[in-house]
Amino acid sequence: MRVSLFVTCLGDRFFAEAAADAVRLLRSLNVEVDFPENQTCCGQPAWNSGHVPQAREMAAHTAEVFADADYVVLPSGSCAAMLRHAYPRLLESPAVAERSYELGEFLVDVLEVTELGRGLEGRRLAYHHGCHALRELGVEEQPLRLLESAGATVVPWEMDQECCGFGGLFSVKAPEVSVAMADRKLDTLPDVQTVVSADGGCLLHMDGRARRRGKRVRFQSLASALWEARNGGA
Amino acid sequence: MEVHSRDYRARARRIITETPEVREAVNNATRTFVDHRREAFADCDENALSGWAEGVKSHALTHLADYLEEAEARLVERGAHVHWAETASDVHQIFEGIVREHGVRRVVKAKSMLSEELGLNPFLESCGAEVFETDLGEYIIQLLGESPSHIVGPAIHKSLDDTRVIFHERLGTPRDASPETLAKAARGLLREAFLTAELGVSGGNFLVAETGSIALIENEGNIRLSTSVPRIHVALVGIEKVLPKWADLSTFLQVTAKSATGQPVGCFVSIIQGPGGSTGGEPDGPEELHVVLVDNGRTRVLADPEVWEALRCVRCGACLNICPVYRQTGGHAYGYVYSGPIGAVLGPGLVGLEEMLPLPFASSACGACAEVCPVRIPIPDLLHVWRQRAVERGLTSDVERSVLGLLTAAATRSRVFGWAGKMAGFFPEWIVRRLPLLQEWSIGRETPRADGPTFRELWDEGIE
Repeated sequence: MRVSLFVTCLGDRFFAEAAADAVRLLRSLNVEVDFPENQTCCGQPAWNSGHVPQAREMAAHTAEVFADADYVVLPSGSCAAMLRHAYPRLLESPAVAERSYELGEFLVDVLEVTELGRGLEGRRLAYHHGCHALRELGVEEQPLRLLESAGATVVPWEMDQECCGFGGLFSVKAPEVSVAMADRKLDTLPDVQTVVSADGGCLLHMDGRARRRGKRVRFQSLASALWEARNGGA
Repeated sequence: MEVHSRDYRARARRIITETPEVREAVNNATRTFVDHRREAFADCDENALSGWAEGVKSHALTHLADYLEEAEARLVERGAHVHWAETASDVHQIFEGIVREHGVRRVVKAKSMLSEELGLNPFLESCGAEVFETDLGEYIIQLLGESPSHIVGPAIHKSLDDTRVIFHERLGTPRDASPETLAKAARGLLREAFLTAELGVSGGNFLVAETGSIALIENEGNIRLSTSVPRIHVALVGIEKVLPKWADLSTFLQVTAKSATGQPVGCFVSIIQGPGGSTGGEPDGPEELHVVLVDNGRTRVLADPEVWEALRCVRCGACLNICPVYRQTGGHAYGYVYSGPIGAVLGPGLVGLEEMLPLPFASSACGACAEVCPVRIPIPDLLHVWRQRAVERGLTSDVERSVLGLLTAAATRSRVFGWAGKMAGFFPEWIVRRLPLLQEWSIGRETPRADGPTFRELWDEGIE
C-alpha cells in the first residue's frame, strides 16, 4: 500500500519530528510513504475566516498535488476535516476529499490496526480531541484505542472534548477569550505528564499558554506518541 | 435596544480580567444546564425528536403567511385584538395607544426576550408607566440596571451575594439574607404589583395556528399572574413562533424545556386563546387581549436563502450553554440581546452585519452548538456565511486580508512556500512578537519554537 503524506503547514514548521515519526510509523507497517514536494497549505485559514476565493485556490492546488494519491494521510485532524468537508463545497471534482484521513483514523479505519506495540507501558496521559477531528470526521475512539492498546492509561479528563480556544484566526482575533478557554483546559487537566492530540494548532496554543503560566506539562503530537507505541519509546 | 457588538473584544476582555466571578458564575450555571439537558434526553430518541422538530418548524416558516393569518382569524373570533408590527417603533406606537387609552400607570412583565429586542421597558417608562419585571432573575437585573446575559437565565452571571447586596440596598432585606428570605421579599413586592397593574405584558413561546393559542413556558408562576390578573394583556409574539397544529405543541413544549433546563416540561404552561369571558375562549382572564405579531427584521431573514434556518430557533439557550466561548464571558460581552452562537447568526440578519461585527468571528468554530440544537440549526455553517459576507463587503481588517493574500500567493507557488517555512525559523522571538497577528498571539501565550529543521529538510536528508 502507498500513501501520500500531507505534512500541513504546522506539521512542516513546528512538528517536523512528529511528521517524521508518522513516516517511520507508516513504514514500519509496510506502507510506502510518498511526500509530494509541491504540497503547501490546505487553505483552512482562509476558509475558516470567510476568504473563500483564496481557500478555493489553495484547495485546487492541493487537489492537483494529490491527484494521483491512493490515500492522503495527514497528521492533523482539522486539515483532514478541511479536505473531507470543505473541499466538496469548493471544488468541482473533490475526489481527494474521500481519500483523505487523519493519521490515527487511517491506522484504525483503513489499515485496521488494533495494536501497534507496547511502547507506552506505564505512561499516564490525557487526550485532547480536536473539534474538527471529533465533530467533522467523527474520530473519537480510534486514537484512544491505539494509545491504550500500547499500554498507556488515558486518564479521564472532563474537558477532553471541549474546545481549547485555538480556532485558527480566532486565537488572535479574540486572544483574551481564546486564552481563557485554554485556562479551562489546563485548570481541569488530571495529573498527567503528557497531553496528546492529533491537532498541532491546539497543541501550540495549549503549550504556549502552559509555558506562559509556568505549568509543566508536555504536549505531544499523536504521531509521535504512536511511534513511541510502536517503537518502545526508544 | 441598543447594539454594542462592535466592542465585543474590549467587553470580553473586561469581563475576563476584571470580573472573574462573572466567568465563574456563568461557567457553573451553563455546566449545570448542560448536565441536566443530557439527563433529560437520556430516555428518548433525541435525534428523532430534533429531526421532527426541524421539519415542523421549517414547514411553518415556508408557509408562514398562511399560518399567521389562520392564527389571527382564530384569535379575532374570540375577541382578541391582533396587531401586525413591522418595526420596533410600530410596537411602541401600539403600546402608546394602549397606555393612553387605559391610563396605564403600572405594567407587570413576564420574561420576554422579544421585549428586550424591542427596547420596550425604556419606552413604557418614557410614557410615564412604572414597569415591573416579574421573573425573579429579570427582576434582579432590572434592579441592577442590567440587561439579560442569557436567553433563559437572565441573571446567571450574578452570584447569590450580588442579589443579597442589591436587595439589601433596595428592599431592605438583611445583608446576609437566605435565598428564601430574598425570594419572599421579591414575592411580597411583586404580588402588590400584580394586583395593582393595569397592564400585563408577555412574550409567547409558541403560537398555534390551528387553534389561535399562545403557549407560555415558565417555572415561577409569574407569567400566569402577569397574563391573567391585570385588565389588559399584551402578548408580543415573533412571527417565527408559529406552529401549524395543536398536535405539534406538546412535543415542542417538551423539547424546549428539555433543551433549556433539562426539565421534562416547564413547571407552568399557560395557553391563552382569547380574553376573559370570550365565547369558546377563556372563562376568565383579562378584559382585553392584544396579540402583537412582530417582524422586526424576521421577514428579511426568511427571504435570505442562506440564513433563514436561524428562524427555527425556539430560544432554549442550549447553544449558549454548550458554547466554550460564551462560557468565558456570559452574554454581556456580545452587546446584543441574543448572545452566544444563535445571536451571532440571528443578529446580522435582524439588525445588519456591520452593526454585528465581529460577532460571527467570535467563535472558535468548534461545532458543539450544532450538536445540541433541538431544531438542527446549522449554526457553524451560518456563522461561516456571515464571515464570508463580511469579507466580500470589505468589513474585515486589512492586516488579515494581506496575511491571507500572502499565504495564498505562497501556497500556490510551492517553492516560495517551502522557503517561507524555513525562513520563519530565522526570525528572533523579539521580532516575531511584534508581527501583526503574532502580537495578539503573545497575549497570554509563549510563541512556538520554530528554530529546528522543517519536515521538508528532514525528508530531503532521509528519514530513518
